[in-house]
Amino acid sequence: MADTTALLVTRITTRERIRAVLGSDLVYSFLRSRVTIAAAMVTAIIVIAALLAPLIAPHDPYDLRQLSLLDSHNPPAWLSGGDMRFLLGTDDQGRDVFSTILYGSRQSIAIGVMATLFAGMLGISLGLIAGYTGGTVDAVIMRAADIQSTFPAILIAMLIDGTSRALFGEQRNEQIVFWVMVLSIGLSFWVQYARTVRGSTLVEKNKDYVLAARLIGIAPVKILFRHVLPNVVGPVLVIATINLALAIITEATLSFLGLGLPSTQPSLGTLIQIGQKYLFAGEWWIAIFPGITLAALVLAVNLLGDWLRDALNPKLR
Amino acid sequence: MSAPLLEVNDLKKHFRVRGGFLGRAPAWVYAVDGVSFEIARGETLSLVGESGCGKSTVGRAILRLFDVTAGQVVLDGRRIDDLSAGALRPIRRRVQVVFQDPFSSLNPRMRVKDIVAEPIRNFGLAASSADLDARVAALMDKVRLPREAVERWPHEFSGGQRQRIGIARALAAEPELIICDEAVSALDVSVKAQIVNLLQDLQQELGLAMLFISHDLAVVEHMTHRVAVMYLGKIVEVAPKRRIFAAPQHPYTQALLSAVPVPEPGANRQRIILKGDVPSPINPPKGCRFHTRCPYAFDRCRVEEPKLQPTEAGHLAACHLLEGAASAAA
Repeated sequence: MADTTALLVTRITTRERIRAVLGSDLVYSFLRSRVTIAAAMVTAIIVIAALLAPLIAPHDPYDLRQLSLLDSHNPPAWLSGGDMRFLLGTDDQGRDVFSTILYGSRQSIAIGVMATLFAGMLGISLGLIAGYTGGTVDAVIMRAADIQSTFPAILIAMLIDGTSRALFGEQRNEQIVFWVMVLSIGLSFWVQYARTVRGSTLVEKNKDYVLAARLIGIAPVKILFRHVLPNVVGPVLVIATINLALAIITEATLSFLGLGLPSTQPSLGTLIQIGQKYLFAGEWWIAIFPGITLAALVLAVNLLGDWLRDALNPKLR
Repeated sequence: MSAPLLEVNDLKKHFRVRGGFLGRAPAWVYAVDGVSFEIARGETLSLVGESGCGKSTVGRAILRLFDVTAGQVVLDGRRIDDLSAGALRPIRRRVQVVFQDPFSSLNPRMRVKDIVAEPIRNFGLAASSADLDARVAALMDKVRLPREAVERWPHEFSGGQRQRIGIARALAAEPELIICDEAVSALDVSVKAQIVNLLQDLQQELGLAMLFISHDLAVVEHMTHRVAVMYLGKIVEVAPKRRIFAAPQHPYTQALLSAVPVPEPGANRQRIILKGDVPSPINPPKGCRFHTRCPYAFDRCRVEEPKLQPTEAGHLAACHLLEGAASAAA
């Protein structure tokens, strides 16, 4: 008895596991593409900087006591009239542009990630249920998806935003605005997940291992999440990566239109919106620097998504 | 003889293929249309027939992968075809399956350990996690796989090894009846022989009953006790193995057996070549279903369906030509 269990516990060591990961096809194709490495580095720098914003940022743009209107509209430090305290200049309220970009990326990334997670969970669950159940349930869910996809994401976001304004009044606090953004962006992106997952589920559900699980008497929900889900998430990962970039863009668009985060707690989109008012006054730095950050982040995440799609597609190897 | 472990009475399964919407009449595939047989404890019954004759549908109906259209499935004296999902769950443990395709029958995202342990966990058969590990290890021994294999993933194994894992999973539930749905058809000849021998050993060791669904008569001859021959959703002949291979009575069985290749160059054998194709199960012929291709068909075959009746002790066949023999036997 003792020796049988001893044999079973010979587990794979951590070192072996690391070696297996480093030797995998995914890592190989990653290291082979310079563009992908660059994209990963850009993404990593922006994400880490955003996460560590309170530690890195020279100023706290949320702390009104640190702001002085005397410092407003300062150009970047290397131009004449620039102040060494404000590397990338200041905006109309005297906030350091570099600091607001750090805090703004934080907001943008947080909303993007949360919205992608929300859309993913909603879409994956509905897709699994539709594909596995079939029949009327399938028809209802997929027709809902069809109807949903005829509305542009911005329109859905505006509808939800308007509803929340009616519910909470104009004096909504930042917490509510944040979750309204997550909900409205998430709701407009679930369709793609649902369709992909439904398709894969239709293939997987007739495979013998699912039948075997049914014959063991495993409940349908457990079969879905333990057996089917792990076999359909591959393509979902690719969609999620590309959708993350889209979600960040959508959030920026909404904020730019004034539907998103308020200027007291700006995201990158809000910053561009603030800056564009002064663009023709020659104060380009207020809008351009957040714009560059946004473009770099979205481009990098998109490139990562493209790489992941190619790397996970066995036909393109 | 004691009561049979499994009894199938007049089982029917019809699938709707089209229509039914906007008043159009639906069409039905009569996949299984009145099949009866029984399996004793520890016995192997082979269900043979060509593709599309409904063999697998019979297996799946017994497993309740779908509801049957009509008829009864009785396990150990208890009807199981009309049980609710909840009531069926404890019964599921007693009837397990080995599938044909070893590549789709194992979840690629689960370790062998988890695949084999799942039935044990789900039916609550193990007392502790140490007991679970011991059971999994014992199952690996039973199917002659190294115990180290439990930590590996399905893609690391060959087809034959995967089939062994599938057998271990079926055995994990401690079943009384195993349905082998073309369990060796996808394997190479040498591997096939290994798996067939393994199944036979396990049957003797554990006293399992087996429903062996196959189109491979050579394999069937090697491992079965009795054979049931199916044609177009019906059983045309049931007999002990020796009888069916030595003295087949139904014209279809005779034709089927004459098609088995003989592994001997230049061997002289009589082949019965049937004309035409199998009729569509959507619109099966009236009377005897085999009359469109039967070399001996006469008028009565086209109108009256022959019943499955004994021609000799333990030997049943459904053919009008054999009725003289049947009345003599009765």
